Amino acid sequence: MAKYLLLKHYRGAPVPAGFVPMDQWTPDEVSAHMQYMRDFADRLKESGEFVDAQALSPEGTFVRYDGAGRPPVTDGPFAETKDVIAGWMVIDVDGYDRALELAGELSAAPGKGGEPIHEWLELRPFMSEAPTVTE
Amino acid sequence: MTAGLDEALLRSLTPQVLGVLVRRGADFAAAEDAVQEALVEAWRAWPDGAPRDPKGWLVTVAWRKFLDATRADAARRRREEAPDVAPEPAPAVDDTLQLYFLCAHPSLTASSAVALTLRAVGGLTTRQIAQAYLVPESTMAQRISRAKRTVSDVRFDQPGEVATVVRVLYLVFNEGYSGDVDLAAEAIRLTRQLAAVMDHPEVSGLLALMLLHHARRAARKTSEGRLVPLAEQDRGRWDTRLIAEGVEILQAALARDRLGEFQAQAAIAALHADALVAEETDWVQILEWYDELVRLTGSPVVRLNRAVAVGEADGARAGLAALAELEDSLPRYAAVAAYLHERDGDLAAAARLYADAAVHASDLAEREHLLRQAARLNARPSS
Repeated sequence: MAKYLLLKHYRGAPVPAGFVPMDQWTPDEVSAHMQYMRDFADRLKESGEFVDAQALSPEGTFVRYDGAGRPPVTDGPFAETKDVIAGWMVIDVDGYDRALELAGELSAAPGKGGEPIHEWLELRPFMSEAPTVTE
Repeated sequence: MTAGLDEALLRSLTPQVLGVLVRRGADFAAAEDAVQEALVEAWRAWPDGAPRDPKGWLVTVAWRKFLDATRADAARRRREEAPDVAPEPAPAVDDTLQLYFLCAHPSLTASSAVALTLRAVGGLTTRQIAQAYLVPESTMAQRISRAKRTVSDVRFDQPGEVATVVRVLYLVFNEGYSGDVDLAAEAIRLTRQLAAVMDHPEVSGLLALMLLHHARRAARKTSEGRLVPLAEQDRGRWDTRLIAEGVEILQAALARDRLGEFQAQAAIAALHADALVAEETDWVQILEWYDELVRLTGSPVVRLNRAVAVGEADGARAGLAALAELEDSLPRYAAVAAYLHERDGDLAAAARLYADAAVHASDLAEREHLLRQAARLNARPSS
C-alpha cells in the first residue's frame, strides 16, 4: 500500500560507531553479510513486500548540460565529499512503521565478528498517485 | 477473447461459486484453485454464450475439480471425506457475503485483505492486481497466497464485521486509477454487489460516497494531469446520473437513522454536488456534517477538513482559529493554512505556506498544484 526506497550508501551516510571497512573482514564474515542480505530479500519476496533491489557500481559521473552545440560537462569520478549510493531496495508495505522495522532489520546485517554493523540506511517514501478522495 | 463469452457475468459469478464451495467444506485455497479451473473450462465450453444456468454449471465443474484435486492428493484424504460427512447446511446468509467477510478478515493486513478481495470476490487475475498496485506479479502472488493461508483456519460461518469489509472496499476505491484495471470502478462494482446482498446503512453510505466522488472524476484533472480544485471544476462535466443515484442511495440510508462515517462523508460530497456554482455551496450544512464526522471518528484529519469548512462558513479568521487548535504536523496542515491565509488577505504568508506544503505533499499532482499556487502568489506585482 505504501512504497519505500531503502538506500544503502558507500559514502554520504553517517558512519556508525566502531565502523570497520568490509575489506578488513574475514571472507567468512563477508559471506555471512551477503547471505543475510539475500535471506532478507527472500523473506520479503515470501511476505509479498518485495518490489525491487539493485546494487550500483561505486563509479559514477555527474553530468550537466553546457549550452547549445556543446558537449555535456562531466564531473567525475566522485570527489570525496559526494554521496555514493551502493544500491537500493524497494519495498511495498502496509505503512511507515513496517518500513521502519524492515530498515532496522536490514541495518542489523552482520559485519566484523558477526556483530550487527549498525549501518545507517536511508528510508524514503515514494510519491504516490493522487488518491481518489482528497477534497 | 472468445465471442459471446460474457466476462462481466463470469466475474460476478466467481465469488458466488467460490462461496458455495467453501460453505460445502472446501479449503479456501483449494476452492479458489478449483474455481479458476472451472472458469478456464467455461472459457472453452461456452463459445456461443453461457448455458441456461451458468452458476449451476460453474458450481458443478468447480466442485468436480476440487474433488479431483483432493483425491489426487493422498495426504488430503481426510479432507476429501469431510464434505460427505457434513450435510450441506442451509445458507443462513448469502455465500457471496460470507466471502466478503472472509477476504476482509481482521487477521489480514490491509494490503493482503485488498489483494484477496480483488482476487476472490472481484475475480481479477493476479497479474491485473499486481499491475494496478505497481508491484511484480510474483510479489502479488505471494501476498495472495499468504492471505489465503491466513484465513484458511477461519470458519466460514463466522459473520465478520461490516466495518472491516467497508474499510477494505474504501481502500480499493482510494487507490485511484493507475494500471489497466480501474480500481475505482472495480470498488464500485464490488460495493454495489455487497449492497445487493446486505442491507446496511454504512454499505449504502460507502456506495453513495463512491458514486458521488466518481461523478466528479472527469473534472478533477486537466488533460495534462493537473489537479483541479473542487471550486474551480467545470461542473458541466460532473456525471449527473451518478450524482442522482448517489444522493438517492444516501437519503435511503440516512432515513434508517444509524449514522456512520461513510454516510456523513457522503452527505458532505452530496452537498458539494448539489451546488451549481461553487459560490452556492451550502457550507453551513457541510460544517454541521463535519461536526458529526468529528464526533463519529475523532480523526485529526477530519478536524483539519473541518477547519476549511469553518473558514468558508464563518470566514477565514474563524477557520484559522479552528486550525490553531490542531497539531501542525498533520498531513496537509500547511496547505490548509496557506488557503486560509490567502482568503484572509495575507498573501505573503500564504505563498510561504503553499511552498512549505508542496515540500510535504505525498503525491505528485498535489505537489505541483501547491507549487503553482505559491508561484502564482509570488508572481503578483508587488504593491
